[in-house]
Amino acid sequence: MPAILAKKLGMTQRFLDDGRVERVTVLEAGPCPVTAIRTQDADGYEAVQLGFGAVREKALNKPKLGYLKKVNASPVRTLVEFRDEAGELVVGDTVTVEAFEVGQKVKIAGTGKGKGFQGTIKRHNFSSGPKSHGSHNKRAPGSIGASATPSRVMKGIRGPGQMGGKRVTQKGLTIVELMPEQNLMLVRGSVPGSKGDTVEVRTDA
Amino acid sequence: MSTVIDTLERTQLRRVPRFQSGDRVKVHFQVIEGSRRRTQVFEGVVIKRQGEGVRETFTVRKQSFGVGVERTFPIHSPKIEKIEVAARGDVRRAKLYYLRGRVGKRARVRERRYTGPEEVVERGILYDPSAETAAAVDPEVPGEAVDEQALVEAEAEVAETQASADAESAAAGDEKQS
Repeated sequence: MPAILAKKLGMTQRFLDDGRVERVTVLEAGPCPVTAIRTQDADGYEAVQLGFGAVREKALNKPKLGYLKKVNASPVRTLVEFRDEAGELVVGDTVTVEAFEVGQKVKIAGTGKGKGFQGTIKRHNFSSGPKSHGSHNKRAPGSIGASATPSRVMKGIRGPGQMGGKRVTQKGLTIVELMPEQNLMLVRGSVPGSKGDTVEVRTDA
Repeated sequence: MSTVIDTLERTQLRRVPRFQSGDRVKVHFQVIEGSRRRTQVFEGVVIKRQGEGVRETFTVRKQSFGVGVERTFPIHSPKIEKIEVAARGDVRRAKLYYLRGRVGKRARVRERRYTGPEEVVERGILYDPSAETAAAVDPEVPGEAVDEQALVEAEAEVAETQASADAESAAAGDEKQS
């Protein structure tokens, strides 16, 4: 059950042997130093903490640098814990793409692209009203409840608001190629987030 | 674009003859019927080229039994065996969507009269893998070398046409092309 942190580089396509086109996302995955192991006895849960994103020492503050020095890891931007993924890893190990296999199913989580403040049609797939014939209900949300009873709007009614920019997990993606010397992982289909974003890759049971 | 994706795409590029919108091309492509594979030819006018790198596609339009038929091919598809340029078109647009509204004689594209010697391009991988390892060290070198060569060829063509009798119109066309 390996897990790794990766940077989304972008999408491209590949030709299969039969001439069909396969759309792939290119991820720069790892190498991730193991910076901590959480155990049931000491912490109450099982997890592994991985680091990713090499940075200059100057870019980190002293507490973080000191923490990384203690576990003998190079300076990294991001630290993420993966629940129940520790396996046989110990602090000081490094996770690379070689922990994965071609054809494996993975789920990839990251912060999706922000869409801003959106109406109900884009945000919740509401239907739109008629656009012509003097319509005054083009993109309005419609009824949001009854009248004097209960004379308030029920909680949880879907309305306009911020869309996107939240954590999204895409499940069931297939690894189509691994390039260990370049730390690259090619995944069929799309992955949450913008180019350059850090995403978490886990195996999908 | 990311240089990593650029290098990934570069290994899949194929050699393609120079052609643009308005040109009449014959596309030889493989069709798989059950277990048999045979080559089919689709001939028509290129009405657009779109995308870049390995994702580039082109659309060919023809009239088949009075019905307009358009087919879009990925330019670097391994299924395309050969692209033959049958004629060079004289057009002023990159996208010839206006041909869709036309039928019969009005749907023709004027032909350019002299376009210089036609180069023969063998279909194959543009950058062979052995050169690719060198490219990994310095990714810019092979690409530029090829471009420069093409440029020199284009200049030679222009020089030739200027020497010939009907120089003025043809040279203008060539410069546009190069």
